[in-house]
Amino acid sequence: MSALSCNKLTKTFTQGSQTIKGLDDVSIAIAEGSFVCLSGPSGSGKTTLLNAMGGLDTPDSGEILVGDMRVDQMNKSDLADMRLHNIGFVFQSYNLIPVLTAQENIEFVMQIQGIPADQRSAKSREILAEVGLADHEGRRPAQLSGGQQQRVAVARAIVSNPTLVLADEPTANLDSVTATQLMDLFAELNQSRGITFVIATHDARVMEYCRRLIKMEDGKIISDQEQPGRGANV
Amino acid sequence: MSITTRLAWRNLWRHGRRTWLTVGAMIFCNTLLIFLISFQFGVYSLMIDSALSVVTGHLQVQHSEYNDDPRLRYSVPYGIALAERLRSETKIEAMAARGTAFALASSEKRSFGIQVMGVQPTFEPLVSTLPGLVKKGRYLNNNSSDEIVIGSVLARNLKVGVGDEITLLGSGRDGSFAAGVATVVGIISSGMNNLDRSIAQVPLDYFQAVFSMGEQISSIVVNVDTLSAVAERKSELTATINEPDLVVLDWDELQPGLQQAIQADLFSAFVMYAVLIVLVSFSVLNTQLMSVLERTREFGVMMALGMRPGSLARLVFLETATMSLLGLAFGCILGAAVATYFQVNGVYIPGMEAAMEQYNLPGELYPQVSIISVMLGPLIVFTGCMVAAIYPAVRLYGLQPVAAMRAV
Repeated sequence: MSALSCNKLTKTFTQGSQTIKGLDDVSIAIAEGSFVCLSGPSGSGKTTLLNAMGGLDTPDSGEILVGDMRVDQMNKSDLADMRLHNIGFVFQSYNLIPVLTAQENIEFVMQIQGIPADQRSAKSREILAEVGLADHEGRRPAQLSGGQQQRVAVARAIVSNPTLVLADEPTANLDSVTATQLMDLFAELNQSRGITFVIATHDARVMEYCRRLIKMEDGKIISDQEQPGRGANV
Repeated sequence: MSITTRLAWRNLWRHGRRTWLTVGAMIFCNTLLIFLISFQFGVYSLMIDSALSVVTGHLQVQHSEYNDDPRLRYSVPYGIALAERLRSETKIEAMAARGTAFALASSEKRSFGIQVMGVQPTFEPLVSTLPGLVKKGRYLNNNSSDEIVIGSVLARNLKVGVGDEITLLGSGRDGSFAAGVATVVGIISSGMNNLDRSIAQVPLDYFQAVFSMGEQISSIVVNVDTLSAVAERKSELTATINEPDLVVLDWDELQPGLQQAIQADLFSAFVMYAVLIVLVSFSVLNTQLMSVLERTREFGVMMALGMRPGSLARLVFLETATMSLLGLAFGCILGAAVATYFQVNGVYIPGMEAAMEQYNLPGELYPQVSIISVMLGPLIVFTGCMVAAIYPAVRLYGLQPVAAMRAV
């Protein structure tokens, strides 16, 4: 079964008098447990496609299915619920809430889900340990390095046990060692938890980890190929 | 404490100086409101007491027609006995019987229309300040018979002094010709020209004889301990009297102009308070709008994580409520402390001593601190601040996650 599928997605943007095609008739199906990279130059449509998949942005036309849910037909409230329970996001600039500690950033998502406080505390500590930050739960984002912040962001993304994690340039602000550590973590989570990862990147080191590499240009998919990456075999 | 509450609290202190400035404006506004409202209540209470203590009293027992049409025939039968009974049954000491009539007062040289009051010299000082305002001579006493005390302006107009005689001419209760001669034993100076021009008091038994009143009186004047006790005492007196022709009227019914004057003053004061509250509310609106605008990206991230706009709006309201509660708490403490200090020590207004003395008022005014005077203003400020947070909160409903996350 597909974790995610898109059918004939189009999205146009207007910039001054110019009309730019962000997505141009994009169709794609991603199997559960996949480890997929979207690559391409800036402006190729990677982030636009990722936003549409995650229900953060609506396409002009086409269908999006996450599991068996029609994302393109959902209202704002249903989209929020879907993001909360089914999708984890990892952003380029971490986007942690600066006034909350690492643990609180993770608990925040669980509180929105309505999980009781005692369960939240135990689970957030467990997840932090899983991403290698067991002793950092009381630190605020400003007290963590870039790599550590991104690990907290990953922990926040997976705490709700999503079926799908969408990561937009997750290594762009990291040095090579930290980037490698982060991708190792992604691969491990993919294999151990069976989470489907879709990663938008133009970092060649990240692409090496993926078992499926989809290249985009001018809003179109120009190639879609399997490769010997380090993610789980699907 | 939930994460949302912690988030709201910490968000406030991201810009501590800005938050303290806003909270400071609330504290200042609340303190000022508490002091001014307490001061107003104190002044009103003093005004009412001063106005009522001269002649009217807090309550009066009258014939049901007398207040609208003050004729001698609308009288209280066996009024002195009734006052005695009420005094013993209700345990209200400050109670005095009175007769009131209009007459022509003549001296050797002049004549003027005046209001003659027949009073019980023993009990009148308990319900009126006039006995204490005798500036020349003395007040009436139990041995007085054909004696009279008059206002200072009337004395001047009649060109009489202590020891001179005044002739009183009028109509008796039965329509007969009323006439009497009384010796001036005291001159009252209340400071109120209208009163000093027309007031004259004689012993009640002399009054009853001159105006053919028999055992009738015009009213029983009652004073109670505090204004707040008036309603309760009124009910008690009404139940005790139990006479269909007699009514118990409170000060508001006896002097409706006084309440109207207070309401007019309250209205103008509340217009000023409203301006103050609107200014503070705009300060909160500015702070919260800035706070929301500079966190647009963060709100976009929260929405991406699955938070609904309604929850974000609640967060903004929680932040506003927290900030407003700080202003309310500190403002109430400071305001109550300031008002209580002046309630004990009084507020001295330079240059007002002569005017205050004229009206038999103390030289210092005392705020009256109560739950209402402490809470009324700050609660309105709190409500105003919460209303001010509506606009920044409503803006969040129009936020799109992707557009919000692109915000700098």
